[in-house]
Amino acid sequence: MTMQDLGLALAGGALVGLSASLMLMLNGRVAGISGIVGGLLQPQVGEVSWRAWFLAGLLAGGAVLFGTRPESFATAAVPSAVIVVAGLFVGFGTRLGSGCTSGHGVCGISRLSRRSIAATLTFMLSGVVAAYVVQHVLLARGPS
Amino acid sequence: MKRMNLVAFVSGVLFALGLGLSGMTQPSKVIAFLDVFGAWDPSLAFVMVGAIAVHMGFARSAARPAARPLLAERFLLPTSTRIDAKLVTGAALFGLGWGAAGFCPGPAIVSLVSLSWTTVLFVAAMLAGMLLHTATMARPRARLPAAPSGAPRSASPLTIPRTAAPQGDNQ
Repeated sequence: MTMQDLGLALAGGALVGLSASLMLMLNGRVAGISGIVGGLLQPQVGEVSWRAWFLAGLLAGGAVLFGTRPESFATAAVPSAVIVVAGLFVGFGTRLGSGCTSGHGVCGISRLSRRSIAATLTFMLSGVVAAYVVQHVLLARGPS
Repeated sequence: MKRMNLVAFVSGVLFALGLGLSGMTQPSKVIAFLDVFGAWDPSLAFVMVGAIAVHMGFARSAARPAARPLLAERFLLPTSTRIDAKLVTGAALFGLGWGAAGFCPGPAIVSLVSLSWTTVLFVAAMLAGMLLHTATMARPRARLPAAPSGAPRSASPLTIPRTAAPQGDNQ
């Protein structure tokens, strides 16, 4: 970790916070990604178009990043089977647990929601467990 | 409604730029953050610090009884305060996937533009997981036989149009 990493993390986080604040103060909605995507899979009247526009914004922002900072998308060498299982867990888990890193970790904690604090502690902990198991047991990568 | 869509689009762009700048769209970096027993890289903790620092004041002001959003009738915020088995089990499953692949939903969607095979595979599996949740755990109204087949679920008489059902979710 360099000072630049730290500065970029803080600045990037501030942009995420700004985005969540715009969504909340103007649209009255929580900028939780799993909820926004899930709401498109289970559509309700009046709750579809803003979600679609938010997703379009995510992709447009991604395209800008890809054009200007392609290193933002450095991938990790994880076997496809692990990717598929992980994706299923993330999709099912975020819907069952009503949120992900953005909805619970940023928006919920900012409201000091007990549920979001509990959820965030839980997924951080299980994230540490999974990273350890995949990196050091499954792929047997020693501490580098 | 048009202005709300514009706000949503701009918010999406800012959200994506924030995730990309911060390092959240790099699964290798996310794994290095969560792999505290490896070459630990704690920098991503500051993403949450930066985001909460900016958002908390607004989130607290939105919680005031008389507060109203600028473009909508009211705030649609989660109302549940119960820490139940669903919440904890769901969060635990999500964390397992996050730590294994290095992707959470937002960064995975933003990274789709790179058209990397891994990312596309992850997002496809994630959507499948969400649909699996809908199919197996959906609220009872989703299975009402009265709803005409093929009609959007929102046409169900039990759903209040425009305002959506109050949810305990961080939607």
